[in-house]
Amino acid sequence: MTAATSVEQAEQGGRASEPEAIGLRAPAFQRILERLGSLWTFGVLVVIVVAFGIAAPSLYTKAAWLSTSEYAVEYLILAAGQTFVIVTAEIDLSDGAILGFSALAGSLLMNNLLNHHVDGGLTTFLGIVVMLASGTGVGLLNGLLTVKLRIPSFIVTLGMMIALGYGATNLLTNGNEISNLPNQVLAIGTDSVLGGWLPIPVLVALGVALVLGLVLGRTRFGLRTYAIGSNRLAARRAGVAVNRHIVWCFGLSGFLAGVAGLMVTANLSTASTIAGQNDELYAIAAVVIGGASLFGGRGNIFGTVIGTAVIAVLTTGLVLANVSAFWQYVAIGAVVIVAVAVDQVRTRTAD
Amino acid sequence: MAVTRDIVVSKDGPSGAGGPSSAGGTPPVVEVRGITKRFGSVLALRGADLALYPGEILGLVGDNGAGKSTLVNIISGALAPNGGEIFVGGEKVHIGSPLDARRYGIETVYQDLALAPDLSVWANVFLGRERIVRGPMRLFGWLDRRAMASEAREQLDRTRIRIDSVDALVGKLSGGQRQAVAVGRSAAWGSRVLLLDEPTAALGVEQQERVGELVRSIAAQGLPVLLISHNLPQVHELCSRVAVMFQGRVIATLKPSESGIDEIVSWITGAALVARKPE
Repeated sequence: MTAATSVEQAEQGGRASEPEAIGLRAPAFQRILERLGSLWTFGVLVVIVVAFGIAAPSLYTKAAWLSTSEYAVEYLILAAGQTFVIVTAEIDLSDGAILGFSALAGSLLMNNLLNHHVDGGLTTFLGIVVMLASGTGVGLLNGLLTVKLRIPSFIVTLGMMIALGYGATNLLTNGNEISNLPNQVLAIGTDSVLGGWLPIPVLVALGVALVLGLVLGRTRFGLRTYAIGSNRLAARRAGVAVNRHIVWCFGLSGFLAGVAGLMVTANLSTASTIAGQNDELYAIAAVVIGGASLFGGRGNIFGTVIGTAVIAVLTTGLVLANVSAFWQYVAIGAVVIVAVAVDQVRTRTAD
Repeated sequence: MAVTRDIVVSKDGPSGAGGPSSAGGTPPVVEVRGITKRFGSVLALRGADLALYPGEILGLVGDNGAGKSTLVNIISGALAPNGGEIFVGGEKVHIGSPLDARRYGIETVYQDLALAPDLSVWANVFLGRERIVRGPMRLFGWLDRRAMASEAREQLDRTRIRIDSVDALVGKLSGGQRQAVAVGRSAAWGSRVLLLDEPTAALGVEQQERVGELVRSIAAQGLPVLLISHNLPQVHELCSRVAVMFQGRVIATLKPSESGIDEIVSWITGAALVARKPE
């Protein structure tokens, strides 16, 4: 029967069989690269931990662990939310700005309540509510603007970053920082568990990563997040409420920026107008080093944790090794590029 | 020519845009009557009628712009018609969205397959109707991955699709396997009818054959298939009836057992219409 196939179809057949031939070319090589998948960044982490340990043995001290892990807190919390956004093939450039804005908004309220002699516990509670709610609110607004106005999220969140991070935050307090905070907030930044090895902010960041890792990897919400980033039209046809889901992902990113804002405020005992500035760059870098694709559909929280750890260890390690702080940026920037380059090779072979 | 023709077909010679079909025997599973659709000033459908009977493979052919895709999109809920009626199982229904269509048991395999390459086979099969575990974790939408994997396996086995592992990412499958997953997924869910929009357009000859077998086995299990295709030899081989669209109408329904490819072509081009119209 197929002898009667027309010329047109024969052509289509010829075209279609091409990619398969490529796919068959190097299965062994391909499989090795696949296995390496997100693990190779873990290898990079091990290598730099060992290398810096040799260059500066003080890396293996409690003090170094505490400074590294506390440094990583805000990036890890932001990057965890950023992972959800990036997996849907969107991006959130404003999470650093949301961090600064929500932290200052909550702190402003707490400052005013303390000045009116409101109880510290109640003040803390209300301050935290404002931080989380304002972060979530801005995040949801990002999502709504993106899907309703059909503006790329890159543009929406770029605008939000500028307006919020450099404008609204300073307008709140005329550019002043706020240090008049209840002791309960400061305790979050100073208390720790496990004999001082695990500060509360680090515990919170790890808890956030664990919960979101499970949400992304094991729940319906996570599965649909991947589906939207992988093939938006397919997700829509399968009955997934794509726009609403994207709005929730931005809301999540904003909520976590609020959480990170609380941690930064507690840690520094101060809400500053420059808090969170440029944090989004490291958050995105961490997600990308962790193996996520900016085209969506790929990435996971474990990778993001590794990516954040790579950035944090590079930063601390270079300081301990007495290398100029400016080299941190060079190193981190290089790692981002190398990570994506390796990823490109990986996907090109896989397809 | 081993084509399954042991199917009850209740009507239809090349009789032109006929009226509703209830002429004896089995009632149609899905029927559309007098569907019209306008895009701006263009009238894409001018009263299209089509009836699909249990267990049959109905081919839908026609030149580009004849209205095939528009008609299929209306049945699958992707487009809203301007006029006409749709009946599912004899009852008049309103299909306002793809989800509505699915609720009526109408499943569509789109030309571009609509698969997520970064998801596993089972995740693609269950996307949009995920199985959630029982118990407290249900609140969080915790996936019952094991159940979905084994059910997907069963569903694909039933349609005789050979996929090594349902855990494999769809992006790693060959074109033919992807097609098989897309068809198998819809066949598994489609309780009433399966719409296939150009299922073999992107496939090699051998894979076209395999998809053909798949379609045949689906129809043999009683699920009627509406096959939209440009591949006339394949349509002629697979289908028990072939509906030809011309300028927004179904102008003829032919039986491949009685009509050759040449005759189908003459209806597609409208030549037969001219030749047969003495009025």
